[in-house]
Amino acid sequence: MNLLELHDLKTYFFSDEGVVKAVDGVSLTVGEREIVGVIGESGCGKSTMAHSLLRLVVPPGEIVQGSAVLTRKDGTVTDVFAHEPDSAELRSIRGNEISMIFQEPMTSFSPVHTIGSQIGEMISLHTDLKPSEIRERVLELLARVGISSPEQRYDEYPHQLSGGMRQRAMIAMALGCRPRIVVADEPTTALDVTIQAQILELMKSLQEQEEMSAIYITHNLGVVAEYVDRVYVMYLGRVVESASTEQLFGKPLHPYTQKLLRSIPRPGKRVDKLDVIEGSVPTPIGLPPQCGFVSRCPSALEGICDGAVPAMTEVEEGHFVRCFLYDEQQEPKDEWADV
Amino acid sequence: MSGPMSEGSVDPRVLAVDELTKFFPVRKGLWRRQSTVVRAVDRVSLHVDKGETLALVGESGSGKTTLGRMIVRAIEPTSGQVRLRGDDDTWLDLTAAHGEQLRAARRTFHMIFQDPYSSLDPRMTVQDIVLEPLLYNHLARGAEARRRVLETLELVGLSARHLHRYPHAFSGGQRQRIGIARSLVCNPRLIVCDEAVSALDVSIQAQILNLLKDLQSRLGISYLFIAHDLAVVEHIAQRVAVMYVGQLVEQAPTDELFSRPRHPYTEALLSAAPIPEPSRHRERIVLRGEVASPSAPPSGCYFHPRCAYAIDRCRVEAPVWREIAPAHHVACHRADELTLTSGWIDTDPTATKVPV
Repeated sequence: MNLLELHDLKTYFFSDEGVVKAVDGVSLTVGEREIVGVIGESGCGKSTMAHSLLRLVVPPGEIVQGSAVLTRKDGTVTDVFAHEPDSAELRSIRGNEISMIFQEPMTSFSPVHTIGSQIGEMISLHTDLKPSEIRERVLELLARVGISSPEQRYDEYPHQLSGGMRQRAMIAMALGCRPRIVVADEPTTALDVTIQAQILELMKSLQEQEEMSAIYITHNLGVVAEYVDRVYVMYLGRVVESASTEQLFGKPLHPYTQKLLRSIPRPGKRVDKLDVIEGSVPTPIGLPPQCGFVSRCPSALEGICDGAVPAMTEVEEGHFVRCFLYDEQQEPKDEWADV
Repeated sequence: MSGPMSEGSVDPRVLAVDELTKFFPVRKGLWRRQSTVVRAVDRVSLHVDKGETLALVGESGSGKTTLGRMIVRAIEPTSGQVRLRGDDDTWLDLTAAHGEQLRAARRTFHMIFQDPYSSLDPRMTVQDIVLEPLLYNHLARGAEARRRVLETLELVGLSARHLHRYPHAFSGGQRQRIGIARSLVCNPRLIVCDEAVSALDVSIQAQILNLLKDLQSRLGISYLFIAHDLAVVEHIAQRVAVMYVGQLVEQAPTDELFSRPRHPYTEALLSAAPIPEPSRHRERIVLRGEVASPSAPPSGCYFHPRCAYAIDRCRVEAPVWREIAPAHHVACHRADELTLTSGWIDTDPTATKVPV
């Protein structure tokens, strides 16, 4: 059963230079106890997609289309996008059903409140616990994420904690209400590699114990390979390929994924020259309806790839790709195609 | 350090660092009295040969950036010596150089910074940015200088049509190319790359790594490559030095370090890095705790509170820096008896294939 079904999400930014199609028709599902990875380079829309899920997109950004059907803890089904960003329904989803771990733990905590009060605030918003019970709960959470002497840390401010500790506190906060889905936006990018290993192992064990699902948003292919069940590859606002981790790394189909996997230095396999993807990602403003990768693709077909947007097709079981090399099916044009 | 060479007694080194140390004072209280010191870099010795890349790896706070900055004299060392070989093969003591001598020496080494967005002046055109070091060092002027600027830009993959644009018009990868062109224009012998590719996307990172390698083979430049990404380091460096809390803990040729690390910290670093191959399963060593504070380092070996192999001796006695195998240095009491595995080199090559 799918806990979350995101369908055809379009988040556009209406800037002075034109409409930036940051997320342009992303569909994604999260199953029970599943870790889903979203990879892509900067500017591919992966963070905007995550923020859209909790309706954290602020003007000039706007969700112009799409639905996110969520199965709640009590079994009821609701569309996250049907609620206004500051409505009571949405607040009962944020943190409680879906919570988020942000990239930079220093800037995502308030510097003038203690760690304990910030985590406690979230629990008090979503439960009817008494203040003493909340404190109890926070201390338990801090201990669970491996923070030493939680009693002392409870009354400390974010600046008194190291980067790894802050990220642990962030995770404690995200887990505070036992959400069904945790969205982790680059959870370890700001951390050192030994601390990154600690945090990823911690998230993995918590995810197994709490029976949570997670969405990892990252650009680190190593993290994806080791911690994720299923992967979505994003390029220029669209998902270009999705498959299980084994399928994607074993047999990448989309030229972008193939190039991406070959452009990273591989441990223990030194080469003289790394494969590169020529050029850079185009700005997503006023692009004609075409495959986003056409300008950098070595196997682009003239008149075909630059003429229409390829549709997502299933090439083998569970392995989807958006490329004319595998199927000629086109994405139907919509009202936004020419802006 | 410099063993017998095949071509007589030619010393291949272009940079020699001896016992380089930087202590930052910590001032506290009403009269700002010095209470303690942060041992950012503690008696580090290393050398870089001509046309060679030495990588310096370590976590944040290990002092690798401070070390890099001391080498280009952006920070004054507390003690120790940095020597650089000049154009006429004479050694110049950079730590003692002053005024005109230092200024003249500065064109033989350069630094490339991590952030390609903040390290270029937004109000200068590309031509001016790359021209500036030439003019400052009185190496060329007028048409001759402009010709060299253009040549250098072409070397890094940019062209004449980019000359009159401003940095904001370029992508991250192109900006890093401009930064590299600026470093190259004076024909330096050594470039210190401080996390030069870590802010870039993977596909752009590959372009810059290829460029750096290509420039090295064409121009014979040496790099001191400061980085934390071990896969990148393995790709670009001939030798690797590992730092922990201001000190070197291990230094070895790249292949040897990655296949047979001798220091437990190196082993943990290699084991912690996620590998982009889902079919490879390895034991992960997850270190306890965090990097020690350089203002109050632990007794004995700085790594002992996190080390799985620590014995009583490690808690009281600081290990000495010694050569355990040819060109392989390590600072660990138990380096001889321990057999460490990196999990980095694939022991079963049939199990994993590079896709496509």
